[in-house]
Amino acid sequence: MANKRIRAGKIRVLPGFKLTLGFTLFYLGLIVLIPLAAVFWKASTLTWAEFWHTVTMPTAMASYRLTFGASFCAALVNLVFGLVVAWVLVRYEFFGKKIVDALVDLPFALPTAVAGITLAALYSQNGWIGRLLLPFGVKAANTQLGIFIALTFIGLPFIVRTVQPVLEDLDPELEEAASSLGANRWQVFSRVILPMLAPALLTGFALAFARALGEYGSVIFIAGNIPMKTQITPVVIMGELDMFDYAKATAIAVVMLVVSFVLLLAINVLQWWTNRYNTNNLA
Amino acid sequence: MTPAATTFQMPHHVVHRRTTGEPAFVRRALIGVALVFLSMFLFLPLVFVFTQAFAKGIGFYFQTLRDPNAWSAIKLTLTAAAIAVPLNCVFGVCAAWAIAKFDFPGKNVLLTLIDLPFSVSPVIAGLIYVLVFGAQGWLGLYLNADNPKFPWLASWLNDHDFKIIFAVPGIVLATIFVTFPFVARELIPLMQAQGRSEEEAARVLGASGWQTFWRVTLPNIKWGLIYGVILCNARAMGEFGAVAVVSGRIRGQTNTIPLHIEALYDDYNFTGAFAVASLLAFLALITLGLKVWMEHKNATQNEIELKP
Repeated sequence: MANKRIRAGKIRVLPGFKLTLGFTLFYLGLIVLIPLAAVFWKASTLTWAEFWHTVTMPTAMASYRLTFGASFCAALVNLVFGLVVAWVLVRYEFFGKKIVDALVDLPFALPTAVAGITLAALYSQNGWIGRLLLPFGVKAANTQLGIFIALTFIGLPFIVRTVQPVLEDLDPELEEAASSLGANRWQVFSRVILPMLAPALLTGFALAFARALGEYGSVIFIAGNIPMKTQITPVVIMGELDMFDYAKATAIAVVMLVVSFVLLLAINVLQWWTNRYNTNNLA
Repeated sequence: MTPAATTFQMPHHVVHRRTTGEPAFVRRALIGVALVFLSMFLFLPLVFVFTQAFAKGIGFYFQTLRDPNAWSAIKLTLTAAAIAVPLNCVFGVCAAWAIAKFDFPGKNVLLTLIDLPFSVSPVIAGLIYVLVFGAQGWLGLYLNADNPKFPWLASWLNDHDFKIIFAVPGIVLATIFVTFPFVARELIPLMQAQGRSEEEAARVLGASGWQTFWRVTLPNIKWGLIYGVILCNARAMGEFGAVAVVSGRIRGQTNTIPLHIEALYDDYNFTGAFAVASLLAFLALITLGLKVWMEHKNATQNEIELKP
């Protein structure tokens, strides 16, 4: 009874709870939840055997392998280079640092179609970079390497931007203590700094990986979309849609949605862990 | 930043570097690695867009942009953004007000659900609206002209040639979906950090609910709101995958700027594609510039620990 009165009292001081929460839930339901539910409704019109047959057809299986593999490799490369970029931006001074720092967000701001045609042209056989790779027998256009390049571009800011604030907040005294106790610079980095960056690195990796899995626009131009070879899963869905085979498209979409929801959950847990880790460090 | 201040800080800086810094060659090597990596993936693509756009001269550039199909794509993109951004802005403010100013069960679930569109592939974002409104879709079954459940509604829609999928409303819906979390995401942490004491004080002093919002809350969240709107707008104008699914790609009618770029590229009109793409690249640069400016403004304005 007393508890109820306190809660009611809080609500009375500031108005608009029912209105704003009501609108939030209404809009969320209308735009996101009901349309997403339609995917599962459509998938349920398939029998289990039909569903299983569609999601395991050879082109789909090849696309999962490619999408997961390329996304994983791209996120891994970004993990290493993203850490280097974040480190350089936080710790060192160099000419043009502010512009470099601002441009790290370019993949967030640049529309995927623009990134797609640019990377495709740049890495094609007579493009600026593709021309340099050709003597080594490396071809990026219409190959899996091209998909990896596009996904690396897309994932680049995630790791830099999750590691950067943690690196900025690191207490220099910890490093000074370690080095005054006789640790060399590499030991300080690998035993003191890296463990403290681990949750942020892992979160950034998961974010980049999750984003890469669903990516479409920046990949399709450089990939060439050859079935069984360079066709990512969103392209397979798009192909079924172009043939108006909505049931097949939906079945594969369900697989992708379930994977993204599991990843979203994992990322939330990771972020909670990172925050807890940081507050413990500060305390 | 007077010269005196810089020289005063110098010795301190140097001492700090000497105890916990890396040797100069390591430092240079790391900066070199970072810059080469970023050049290959960021700087060169950016320069490339603009050089290709003007590869056939400035005359061709403007001719491409004056083309009726390009012009219709620009208008459609502006229309979609002009509807999607304000709606998501209102939603963002409402969601942030409810979440930051009140306690209720299930708040974390709501936060996760708001972020949901970010983890959905753009192609699936388009697909879900086809499944709801398309000819064989959820609502489509009720509206389908062949066998309508509500003949009056179906015939009215047919008479007025109102279509959602492969038409402008579908493009707007898909744009709303992919830009759904942007404003809410900026405002929720900001308003949570600010707490509710200022609004409560205003209310106790006799301000009405709207007065409290306009005179206390809005000035406090102004920069976060503008930043969210900028990000939301950039994504709304640049969305490709989701819009590609619902648009049907009818040139001069349902092509947005990114879809028009794809059409030109598929026609092997590369210079034309890059000319139109340069518009969106320019928008991206403006977005990044505004972001830097806002962060600078935020850092100087409030020294308190409030992340933008």
